[in-house]
Amino acid sequence: MIPELGHFALWLAAAAALLQAFAPTLGLWRNDEGLMKLAVPAALAQAVLTVLAFAALSWAFVVSDFSVKLVATNSHTMKPDMYLWTGVWANHEGSLLLWVLVMALSGAAVALAPATLGPRFRDRVLSVQAMVALGFFAFLLIASNPFERLTPAPTEGQGLNPLLQDPGLAFHPPLLYIGYVGLSVAFAFAVAGMLEDKVGPAWAKATRPWVAGAWAFLTMGIALGSFWAYYELGWGGWWFWDPVENAALMPWLAATALIHSIAVVMKRDALRAWTLLLSVAAFSLSMMGTFIVRSGLLTSVHAFAVDPTRGLFLMALMTIYIGGALAIYALAAGRVAEGRQFSLLSRESALVANNLLMSAMLGVVLVGTLYPMALEGMGGAQISVGPPYFNRTVVPMLLVATVLMGIAPYLGWRKSATGHLASRLLPAGIAAAGAVVVAVFPLGVREIGSLLGFGAAAWLGVASISILVKRGLTLSAAGMALAHLGVAVSILGATASGALQREALVAMRVGDAVEMGPWRAELMDVRPIAGPNWTAIEATLDVRRNGEPVAVLHPQSRMFVAPSQETTEAGRAGWRTGELYSVIGKPDGSGRWQVHLWVKPMVRLIWIGGLLMALGGVLALGGKVRAGARRRSAEPEGALPVPQAA
Amino acid sequence: MAVAKPKQQRLVLALAAIAVLAVAGIIAAFALEDTAAYFKAPSDIAAEQPAAGQVIRLGGLVKEGSVTRSADGLVLNFTVTDMKADTAVSYRGLVPDLFREKQGVIATGSFDANGRFVARELLAKHDEKYMPPEVAKALEKNGHPVNAPTAMVASDPAA
Repeated sequence: MIPELGHFALWLAAAAALLQAFAPTLGLWRNDEGLMKLAVPAALAQAVLTVLAFAALSWAFVVSDFSVKLVATNSHTMKPDMYLWTGVWANHEGSLLLWVLVMALSGAAVALAPATLGPRFRDRVLSVQAMVALGFFAFLLIASNPFERLTPAPTEGQGLNPLLQDPGLAFHPPLLYIGYVGLSVAFAFAVAGMLEDKVGPAWAKATRPWVAGAWAFLTMGIALGSFWAYYELGWGGWWFWDPVENAALMPWLAATALIHSIAVVMKRDALRAWTLLLSVAAFSLSMMGTFIVRSGLLTSVHAFAVDPTRGLFLMALMTIYIGGALAIYALAAGRVAEGRQFSLLSRESALVANNLLMSAMLGVVLVGTLYPMALEGMGGAQISVGPPYFNRTVVPMLLVATVLMGIAPYLGWRKSATGHLASRLLPAGIAAAGAVVVAVFPLGVREIGSLLGFGAAAWLGVASISILVKRGLTLSAAGMALAHLGVAVSILGATASGALQREALVAMRVGDAVEMGPWRAELMDVRPIAGPNWTAIEATLDVRRNGEPVAVLHPQSRMFVAPSQETTEAGRAGWRTGELYSVIGKPDGSGRWQVHLWVKPMVRLIWIGGLLMALGGVLALGGKVRAGARRRSAEPEGALPVPQAA
Repeated sequence: MAVAKPKQQRLVLALAAIAVLAVAGIIAAFALEDTAAYFKAPSDIAAEQPAAGQVIRLGGLVKEGSVTRSADGLVLNFTVTDMKADTAVSYRGLVPDLFREKQGVIATGSFDANGRFVARELLAKHDEKYMPPEVAKALEKNGHPVNAPTAMVASDPAA
């Protein structure tokens, strides 16, 4: 009964979205206030009904109602309770329902937030949002009904992929989806801005919090996904340039460019047309991400179900939205007045350079991700494009961007003086040189890429910290500096964990030890253990550094019961900001166990940097509010502090 | 530096954008050319031996009875077959969880100077029902289709 109610609520939510999409459009066209006023209640109704539908599906999972096909194929009674809840979105239909839920809630947020650009604009935004939501409702109800029944109901479900039975599943997809959907709000603002001729500083100010918020969530989602892959997959890596990762990275790059260009619109009323295009691109890439993950073009742990009709449906949706938005852009771009001028040496120019670099990175990632699929689709060779390609193309651009990120915050708007730059950037320059020297001499790093990485991290880190320690910083500026510091911290982590890593692959008997420089690991014990829905072989490794005990690691090789599958659980422990990481393999038949052991200095900085970036994004929501000061001080441009949810 | 006129500024920005994207495109094209790894089945290799050092993705089934280990317990030797031709592979490292005889595998690596295929990464299927699509395709081409629905559908047995 409850699944039917959920299904019914989903249809009603779709009806509310239909009303929300077309009533305001008609009302705006015919100047009918009554119709326009329907937008807000429709958005709220859509949100409430979608919450009900989501609750109904969660209920079916939590009570293990195997008469619901989705539950029967993706759940199991022996699964730990937490994964009964998170299992709701660990499948195609459920994850789409989560997407629609987040979208409906963001619509409600727009409806309830103060309409700084006037009710007419808000209604237009809501109408655009509903049109996007409608496509996803149609996809859900027609091609991926999560409430479909199964008769006769099986007595037991088929279980959840063990790789997904992890706390990471509770946070990673929702964070990413909030980010994607936040970009859909920016998309709706862009389309509404074009239709209403409102693109300008006020529009940018109203759009910016959504972009910054979406960007912060995307950053957290990606950082968490990277951490999850690192500890769960047992390969010791943290980024694999897998197409699915790229699918999340591309909207992030576009959103990063968008945050920077929208600042130019807000402050200087320039780059309007470009910013609109980026808003369209950022959400289009989010949809493309969902499309390539869900359509079956990819096969990975993320591609839950492979069904060509679903792929076609998503492709059609994407074509309609992107094509529609680009058509509106083509019509409106001529009306978007040219912005104000700026000199080659100015903050604006630096931000343009940022945008070009982000777009270029986006371009090479896009090519590397889609080219193999396109080539195969056209009947060509089956190729795979992996880390060597991405490292060779993206990393140099990132280094150039890092140099610029150190300088740009010290440049003035419009036309910058340059006399102050040398003295302001001196500490950062000294730090960069110092970092390279330290890496070469005591640490013995010789590889040029790693040395550049250390130098870049120190340069950007010190340049950002010197902004952060200034007094009377606006939250917006503090957020920027913190996010840049996060980038520096992540670069340091990525460089150090690669360049200073120690690794050993050995076959050991219990009692054997392996040495790596000052490190020594002894295999103390290997024994079977049992978990709630798995059994495992667990090794005990005693790790010492210069004879001092540092950690005891417990890598496992797990055998899950339902579905029956083996997984590798890495045995990890923190050491300073780095990690000890171990994996146990199969016995070789003569009493020896394969053990793979890594010491990864500073590896945790990669994700800590990600969190700092996200925190910077959240701080930037505070706009002109001064950090540490209660009183508002007048800005030269007379701007007022931006309310949190403008 | 003088502040440019509006039209000029737009033109300069557009030219800068085109220049940057063109450079990125060229870098991407060269990098793709250098680093793309081609998928090959053993019969492709029998037809044309790849150059030593060229990275390829070798895919097929792990031949029954071919899996052995070196004396130090760290190097895995096995044969990849596509039912027409065989290629011997050696791999140093931990064996993936789902590596089995008679199951699909993709080994990324290259031939060494002695003509031996050294894999630096092994990809076995990642769950019970999944077969790497390239492997399924290669087997099909040789007249040994794997059961299509179970090969391609990751988690939807009712489909």
